[in-house]
Amino acid sequence: MEQRGVAKWLPWVSAPLMLVLLVVVWSLVVSVFGISEFVLPPPSAVAASLGELLVDPATWGHVQVTVTEVLSGFAIALALGVIGGVVLGRIAWLEVAMRPALVAFQVVPKVALIPIFVIWFGFGLTSKVIMAAILAFFPILLNVLLGVRSVDRGHRDVMRGLGASRWSTFRNLELPSTLPYVFAGMEVAIVFSVIGAIVGEYLGGNEGLGFLVVSSLNALDAPALFAVIVLLAAVGSVLFFAVNLAKRLVIPWHESVSEKEFA
Amino acid sequence: MTDHLLATPPAAADTTTPELELAAVDKVYSSRRGTTEALRGIDLQVAAGEFVALVGRSGCGKTTLLRILAGLLPPTGGEVRAGGRPVWRGARRDEETVSRFGLVFQEPNLFPWFTIEDNVALPLKLRGVDRHARRARAHELCDLVGLGGFEKSLPRELSGGMRQRAAIARALSCDPSVLLMDEPFGALDALTRDRMNLELQSIASTTGATVVFVTHSIPEAVFLADRVVLLSPRPGRIHSVVDVDLARPRELEIDVEPAFRETVRSLRGGLDEEDTKRSGAGPWEEA
Repeated sequence: MEQRGVAKWLPWVSAPLMLVLLVVVWSLVVSVFGISEFVLPPPSAVAASLGELLVDPATWGHVQVTVTEVLSGFAIALALGVIGGVVLGRIAWLEVAMRPALVAFQVVPKVALIPIFVIWFGFGLTSKVIMAAILAFFPILLNVLLGVRSVDRGHRDVMRGLGASRWSTFRNLELPSTLPYVFAGMEVAIVFSVIGAIVGEYLGGNEGLGFLVVSSLNALDAPALFAVIVLLAAVGSVLFFAVNLAKRLVIPWHESVSEKEFA
Repeated sequence: MTDHLLATPPAAADTTTPELELAAVDKVYSSRRGTTEALRGIDLQVAAGEFVALVGRSGCGKTTLLRILAGLLPPTGGEVRAGGRPVWRGARRDEETVSRFGLVFQEPNLFPWFTIEDNVALPLKLRGVDRHARRARAHELCDLVGLGGFEKSLPRELSGGMRQRAAIARALSCDPSVLLMDEPFGALDALTRDRMNLELQSIASTTGATVVFVTHSIPEAVFLADRVVLLSPRPGRIHSVVDVDLARPRELEIDVEPAFRETVRSLRGGLDEEDTKRSGAGPWEEA
């Protein structure tokens, strides 16, 4: 009981402590070794730059663009990944037939495809959404595929013994037992979507946080560069925790949701 | 002790249709590496309200036999009837016949996403019973199996014994006339197992259900059953059938009574006989 209590509040104490430690070490390193501001600006300069960034309405426009790209890509990946995973999970021969293509596509460094998307879809949102969707697609597909295959045999016997219909078996057994896999895929996929959108913005266009990173770099404004990265980390965290929260609400019964206890 | 008449298996006065009937049932598993004969020529009749235990070593086909009875596995030959109706019509089973069965497996197989109450009431949900009636019935059954107060718990919050009780409650929720149990207490510790055996005895007598109970423990079989069917392995055949002539309700201390010991001894003898026929078989392991 007591240990469970510790597990509950400890992260809330340790996280800020680590942050403080990071900032302190960072400041010390900069001042002791006299590092140039172009290489590693002191935390104070980054904080000032971040403050300017946050009060600039243009920044929020960029955040909105990036978030739109990430969420659109993620939604497309989720829909296609779930459909693909269910189909391949159900039809074993199709999965075997598709395997070489899947492996080939998985090993391709997909960010290398961005220039092609730029040629096809231009510098606008579309090429970034597609990049985010492609990166997010595989973790969802593979997890759903695994989930569909992992329905417990004993549970199936129970439903068969009760003479359950196709629909009740889906509703009461297959759907709930696959959901944890869908969420595991989603947690990876949301992070990959952010990567896809940002890398897409690096390469082309004049909107989004990725563009802001590139323009800070071109202006040789290291504090601004760091500030944008901090902002990106914050946006990524919010998106991840949104997915995590959805998981907690939808599958509260699953082990991955229950509080972790110390062994 | 109670009326001795209760102890005599109803099979003795069997003039009506037996509740369960297996006639010349065969089961052959086929795979790429060849065929395995799991069951050969099983003939067995179980009267309504009778408690029959199937005993044998691992791999003797007792689970296969129970799955065929339950309609989970089609036989490759012979006839299975319940209440006079065939369970299997070719490879398709008769859903109406099977709906009179309650199944308990070695694992509780509770759905982790449902509370105990929803797990217990799952069979009712599938039959379209409304939520209110389901809840009332689930409460009743939880009380019956000693899970009162745990209706809203999740399966992972309960111990192994409690989960298996919930599985029994689930099997009982549709008032089955036949309970088919596959080593339901095999995974439990000895003390819990004893208590579960006592409870199962009282559940069987209150519900009046016909029970077929698979176990590899001879004492457990003798304690629970009216009749013990000993299976011999490869292919699974009925070696012998032993009537258990002990009054009910039976107490755990019955294992010191001469009649109990004699029945256990004769079953064990039957099993040893099998062993001497096939060299290399190990000694009987007691549960």
